[in-house]
Amino acid sequence: MTTAPVRPNPLKTRPVGGDRTWLLLAYTAISGLLLVFMRDLVADGPMKMLQPVLFGGFLLSLLFAYQWKAAPWAKMLVFAAAIVFVLPFMGRSNTSYFDLMIQMMIFSALALGLNIVVGLAGLLDLGYIAFFAVGAYLWGIFGSPQFAEVTGNPAFANGINPAYFWLFIPLAVAAAAGVGVLIGLPVLKLKGDYLAIVTLGLGEVIRIFANNLSVTNGPQGIDAIESAPVPWLNSLAHTLGFAEDQYRLFFLYILVLGVIAVTIVVNQRLDRSKIGRAWIAIREDEVAAQAMGVPLLKTKLLAFATGASFAGAMGVIFAAKQAFIDPKSFDYFQSIGVMSMVILGGMGNIPGVILGAIVVTMLNLMVLPTLSEVLQSSFPNINQNLDPSKYQRLIFGLVLVFMMLYRPEGLLPSERRKHEMHSDDEHPAVDSITTENLNHGGELGGHLRDGSGAETRSPGLATRRDNERTGSEK
Amino acid sequence: MKKTALSLSILAALTLGSAHAATVVKIASISPLSGSNSNLGLQIKNGAQLAVNEMKAEFAKAGMTLSLVAYDDQADPATGTAAARRAAADKAVLGVVGTLNSGVVIPASAAVAPSKLTFVSPANTNEKVTDRGLKNMNRICARDDAQGPAGGDFVADNLKAKKVYVLNDKTPYGQGLAEQAEKAMKAKGVSVVQSEGVAAEERDFTAIITKIQALKPDAIYFGGLYGQVGPFAKQLRDKGITTPIIGGDGFDSDDLVKLAGSGANNIYFTTVAPPVDAVPAAKNAAAAYQKTFNQDIQGFGVMSYDSAKVLLQGILNAYKLNKNKVPTRAQVETAVRSGTFKNLTTGEVKFDKNGDRMTAKMYVIAVKDGNRSTAGTVNVIRK
Amino acid sequence: MDLQTIGTILLQVAVGGLSLGVLYAIIALGYTMVYGVLQLINFAHSEVFIAGGIVGYFVFEALKDASLNGYLKLIVACLAAMFVSGGLNVLIERLAYRPLRGAQRLVPLITAIGVSLVLQDSLRFLVGVRGLFDLSVNLPKGFTNSITTFLGVNISLLNLQVKDIILIGVAGLMMLGLNLLVNHTRMGRAMRAVAHDRQTSGLMGINSDSIISLTFLIGGALGGLGGVMFAMKYQALNAYSGTIPGMKAFTAAVLGGIGNIPGAMLGGLVLGWVETFLGVVSLFQGIPGLHWLGAIKAEYKDLGAFLALILILFFKPAGLLGKATTEKV
Repeated sequence: MTTAPVRPNPLKTRPVGGDRTWLLLAYTAISGLLLVFMRDLVADGPMKMLQPVLFGGFLLSLLFAYQWKAAPWAKMLVFAAAIVFVLPFMGRSNTSYFDLMIQMMIFSALALGLNIVVGLAGLLDLGYIAFFAVGAYLWGIFGSPQFAEVTGNPAFANGINPAYFWLFIPLAVAAAAGVGVLIGLPVLKLKGDYLAIVTLGLGEVIRIFANNLSVTNGPQGIDAIESAPVPWLNSLAHTLGFAEDQYRLFFLYILVLGVIAVTIVVNQRLDRSKIGRAWIAIREDEVAAQAMGVPLLKTKLLAFATGASFAGAMGVIFAAKQAFIDPKSFDYFQSIGVMSMVILGGMGNIPGVILGAIVVTMLNLMVLPTLSEVLQSSFPNINQNLDPSKYQRLIFGLVLVFMMLYRPEGLLPSERRKHEMHSDDEHPAVDSITTENLNHGGELGGHLRDGSGAETRSPGLATRRDNERTGSEK
Repeated sequence: MKKTALSLSILAALTLGSAHAATVVKIASISPLSGSNSNLGLQIKNGAQLAVNEMKAEFAKAGMTLSLVAYDDQADPATGTAAARRAAADKAVLGVVGTLNSGVVIPASAAVAPSKLTFVSPANTNEKVTDRGLKNMNRICARDDAQGPAGGDFVADNLKAKKVYVLNDKTPYGQGLAEQAEKAMKAKGVSVVQSEGVAAEERDFTAIITKIQALKPDAIYFGGLYGQVGPFAKQLRDKGITTPIIGGDGFDSDDLVKLAGSGANNIYFTTVAPPVDAVPAAKNAAAAYQKTFNQDIQGFGVMSYDSAKVLLQGILNAYKLNKNKVPTRAQVETAVRSGTFKNLTTGEVKFDKNGDRMTAKMYVIAVKDGNRSTAGTVNVIRK
Repeated sequence: MDLQTIGTILLQVAVGGLSLGVLYAIIALGYTMVYGVLQLINFAHSEVFIAGGIVGYFVFEALKDASLNGYLKLIVACLAAMFVSGGLNVLIERLAYRPLRGAQRLVPLITAIGVSLVLQDSLRFLVGVRGLFDLSVNLPKGFTNSITTFLGVNISLLNLQVKDIILIGVAGLMMLGLNLLVNHTRMGRAMRAVAHDRQTSGLMGINSDSIISLTFLIGGALGGLGGVMFAMKYQALNAYSGTIPGMKAFTAAVLGGIGNIPGAMLGGLVLGWVETFLGVVSLFQGIPGLHWLGAIKAEYKDLGAFLALILILFFKPAGLLGKATTEKV
């Protein structure tokens, strides 16, 4: 990686070291510039791997900006430059980057939603993608010629007025939350893995319905889904030099950014709210939580519905981005994918979850395809069975396994989870109650230790110094 | 600073790298290379590779280095769209062969339509694929509404069936085909005793066979792929049911016979690909495929080989029109849509205004005792 | 629709569902045993299972020309498959799960998914994308014969084949053997102790790691046996064939009460019957008053499996035979 010179591992050394404002700015500027320059320079062959490396390196600068001790204005500058300048510029010159970035953000929002259900409330949901499907189909049916098919009214030959798109985002939020409650009511009294398998089943039920009903057009899917008309943004895109076919992506890029911002704010506020505390209480010990007056079913339902609503909103955006949806996009493998993002990134930690989504999406849509392109062009006569393009899933699987073996707490764990993971090395008790009590007992007052990261103030994410870790990592 | 030095060396390397690549011309294949459909997706990739190998010399003469770049769409629409956009971002890529799933090609071709990246599809039979009227979307396989009726008519006219059981694999391909066949059969007065679906991954047909035993149809129309039809035929025949099974080009594979084993009897399917021995070009392609990949060529491989040849010949035509310079994508798009392509294994290809084949001869292939023979031909003409 | 037809159909459903159900049950046992000791959904089990089928295939292929009794060949194939799958399962446990002992619960779950993906592509590398399907040639002839008479009674309408009888017999034997092992041997007692409380069992002098390895060995071996049975029943498989039966079998295990051996068996049977019944139920639309059944087509078969799961768990949250655990505070 080109990032090699910037060795200090940000994951470990956050509080130590001096002010890194200039290093951060210089690094971001250089990787950003390289990124901008390389788009016309990279030809075929091994050099092509530079694309994902540089792009990844640039995205890393955002992570550094978040993690490092640097002047707030520098952090803001890095983020602003990335969001307003570098990323759209990359998208303009290479539409596939646009597609990739939007997909990353869609998955980030999905992962954030699932994080509420799994990370905060501790409910293992393996059918999460069903809510995504609800949102996507809701807009898909209304915002496409399918609506004319369903209603039999030729006036809707192109679906309803695309301006209703704006209405459908809240509608999808409501619908997905509603489905979440409907599904949650019967199943939320189940525990742990029973819940996991039932949600997996329910996810499949929704997919099977989508595949069999005529209102969703069955396996044929729904085509020509509209997106909201935003003439002023189109003319802005035009002035900025975007091609006409990029207008929709440009709009969706901005929209998704907005939705992500809202998602993050909601996530953070929930994390620190009374409800958030109730969720964490349930996650840690249901019985104790109940004894403390937390209404179990209601609180769990709320988690389920809240998580679902993010997926619903993103479903609408996904449908508009793809302009086509079919049941294949919502199978159980996708649920697993989102789950792996949450866990790879660092369950319970907002930046971690986003990082997980970005890493997995980039791995699937950019790194592995590029690797395969490079290997194909470098070894055109490679043995059939060794063709790298066939092993994307294998590589993804290996990444999952090794990540879990060597960094089970995720790339960017919440402080609390990091501690949990390693305290267990010493106390291999399955009974989490005892371990929790043993290790957390003395630190109830220690929440506000360094106060630099937003998440450390959260009640669920109690802090612990790195050097207090125990077990194998040490 | 160390980093600056590194960045400079990277920049230098990048510039050097681009100096070599003058007239590299690529075509892409997009198909599922991992996951349970990888078997079919790989045939598409290999077929395209075969055509590229064959025409490399011709392209070299014209000063172009031809190569294939294969993308894995994992049979997932979003991944397929991302792959198409990647292909579009690579300026050397002049066209795409693919995909396997209509659900992937519909969004993928639409996404790159503004970049004028030409698709020639070997396998997407769904009507919507070309009915959208995209300039860059062409296909050489028969549409569902050509293939379905051809099969349906065969059931009514040749097999003289009165009661038919219709099954589909709940994929866009299988369901679309079965619906069209059903329509045609009903129009001919055949009664459809039941029309239903079974998940494409399902290999246990106990329930379906029980049903067939109770309904006693004269024929079974199965919109599905050979990987599923083979075991179905085997299980059906094992229970002593000899009712004929009819389907579309998804049956076209030697593996059908192997999978069905002793049940490979009384099976018929419609396809635009003639039996390999009937056409010299097909014979050569089959031999070359065997030699390159150490495998028999199968239906999707044949179709993909032809698709790639159509695309490559289109590029060469555009090259000539462009005064012997590497053509633009727009020129390729026009050349493919307006050209007439010969020397293919499936006969002459010429596209109508939507990218469908204007005329195609469709064969009905019969499988009897594990052997194939031509049971009839149908001429499909689109205006 | 007369009573005789209805009766015939129901009988065929019962037999067909049984044969499918015991297959699910064999696979489900592997899930349930591992879950019993580790509380881990071993997602890789579907690949372990299909690996057994692949081994079985290779054995049949190798013994094609050997002048050996067909049943002996089957036994050899089963033993080889059990050996390989059991070993594979132990290896997976050693490399991917043991280092995570004591980690947060979701972590091994994700590892299991990763292992499953790795195994799928590795198996595909081994058998090629087209999979294996010439079992029909290799399988001893009599295995696919239909059984038409039993004790002089004509039973041809049951649609029974010799391989179904073998499958059902093997499943029954396995169930009995496993029950004996778990409930009536020292080893079984150790397994139950580890499942119940790993820490305390350690204090009692039980080496929990080796008991867990043993459980994976047995679970994997059962999976391998199931794989051969699968190969025998369907005579075609590829690297991905295990996914759907694996998922169904897991559903069966949960439905019966995960961690519970008779529960897995019962869950498999219930699932087999529900599925097969839903597949044919639209035939009964001819019965007066049941016209609406015509709308339940075969494509809703899989829905039935999951709906059955949800319904059963709704009324019995710990599955059919699972014991409701009381929370220790």
